[in-house]
Amino acid sequence: MGLKVGEMVLLSGQVVTGRDRVHRFLVHERPDKKDLPFTLEGGVIYHCGPLITKRDDKYVLIAAGPTTSMRMDMYEPEVIAAYGIKGIIGKGGMGPRTLLALKENGAVYFNAISGAAVYLADRTRVVTGWKVEEFGIPEAMWVLEVEDFPAIVTMDAHGNSLHKDIESASLEELKKLVS
Amino acid sequence: MIKLRDGIVELYKKVATSIPNDVEDALKSASARETGPLAKESLEIILKNVSLARTTDRPLCQDTGFPVFFVKAPRGLSHQLIRKVIQDATRLATQKIPLRPNAVDPITEKNTGDNVGVSFPMVYIDETEEQNLTVDLMLKGGGSENLGQMYKLPTMLTIGTKEVVAERDFEGIRKCVLDAVFRAQGKGCPPYTIGIAIGGAKDQVTALSKRQLMRRLYDTHPDAAIAELELRILEDINTLGIGALGFGGKTTALGVKIGAAGRHPASYFVDVSFACWADRRGKLIW
Repeated sequence: MGLKVGEMVLLSGQVVTGRDRVHRFLVHERPDKKDLPFTLEGGVIYHCGPLITKRDDKYVLIAAGPTTSMRMDMYEPEVIAAYGIKGIIGKGGMGPRTLLALKENGAVYFNAISGAAVYLADRTRVVTGWKVEEFGIPEAMWVLEVEDFPAIVTMDAHGNSLHKDIESASLEELKKLVS
Repeated sequence: MIKLRDGIVELYKKVATSIPNDVEDALKSASARETGPLAKESLEIILKNVSLARTTDRPLCQDTGFPVFFVKAPRGLSHQLIRKVIQDATRLATQKIPLRPNAVDPITEKNTGDNVGVSFPMVYIDETEEQNLTVDLMLKGGGSENLGQMYKLPTMLTIGTKEVVAERDFEGIRKCVLDAVFRAQGKGCPPYTIGIAIGGAKDQVTALSKRQLMRRLYDTHPDAAIAELELRILEDINTLGIGALGFGGKTTALGVKIGAAGRHPASYFVDVSFACWADRRGKLIW
C-alpha cells in the first residue's frame, strides 16, 4: 500500500458500514465469508451509522459521516485478519493493536471528514442493507457506493499514525500546562 | 396542544439542520486563523457542510443525537402533559425531518425506531414565574457524550509517566479538565464546547455540566473568578494543539462554561461534558 499518512484522497467504489453491533457480531458469530450477502474480502469497512430513511419502500440516504472508531478497536484486528479487510474509514483513529494489524495485513485507515455528513451523503448511494430489522438503522450493515468521497490517510500500512503523533505532541503541551 | 407539538417538531428541524449563530461565528474565526493545513481544510469543509445542510433542509450530521429538553413551564401547566407532547413531537420529527432513530433499549437491544424510549428523550422541567413556556432543545451527539469524565478531588492524575496532584481548588479543576480533553483527542469532533460542573452529588454535577452546554459562547459568568477560570482553561485547552477533528491545530475548543452547586464536605466532584463542533441547541418560546 503506497498510501502515506497525511494524504487526502478521494475514494470511489463500494464500502460496507460496520460499527458497534456489527463488530461484536463478526467476532462472536464468525459468519463464513460465503454466508455474507456482499464481499468483505479486499474490501473497506466504514465506521458509520448512516441517517437512512424509507420513502416509498426505498432506502434514502440523508447523511453519512463517520462514527468514533476507537469503540471498535478491541474487535478490529480480528476482523481485519479474518475477513481480509484492506481499508477502514472512520473518525479519530484506532489503537496500537489495530495499527499493527494494518501493517500485518497491508491495510490502511482513512479518517473521513466528520463535519461533512451531508457533503458526504451527496457522494454516496445506498446499494442494500443487511440486518436492518435486527440491528436497527444506525447499526445495520449497509453496502454503500461512494464516488469522490474525501478522506485523509491517518494510519498507514507501515506503522505510522497521525493520531499517535498528535497525541504525543499534545502530551508534551499538557505536561507544561500542569507542572 | 397540537400547536405546541408542531412547534416542537419545527424546533427539532431547526436544531438538526443548522448550528447556532454564535457557534458558526466561532468556527469561522477559527478557520480564518488556522494554519495547520488539515485542520484548516476540515473547518472549511465543516462550514460548507453547514451551508449545504441549511439550504437543503437536511440534518447536518448523521447522528441527530440524544434529544435533551430543558423546559421552563408557567405555573399551572401540567408537566406530565408537556412530556407527552414532547414524545408525540419526537415521533413525528423522526419521520418528517428525518431524525436517525437513536433510542435503543439496553435490555432487549432493540432500536425503538422512533426516538422514544425509557427516559428518551431526556426532559427536565422547572417552574417559571414567566407567562411563556420556554422549550430549549439540545441534540447531543453520541461521540462527544462518550468523552465526558468525572473526577473526585483531591486526586492524582497520571500524565504521561508522572503523577500530578489535583487538589480541591481552581488549579485542581483546571488540571482535571485538561486531562479530560487530552484523553478525548479528536474522538468527538473538535472544536469542542466544554461544560464543567463542580459540586457534591454525583448525579447533580453530570446534569449541571451538560446544562452548561446550552450557554451562549460569548456569555460571561456572573462570578468574576469563574469567568476568569473559564477563559484561562479555554486558552490552555487550545495550547494542547489537538485542533479541528484532531488533525493538529490552534482551535481545540470554542468555549468553556462552568457551573457550580453546593457540595457535601466529603465530596468535591468535577464533571466535564463535551459538545462536538456542531453544539446543536435551539429555543422555542410558546
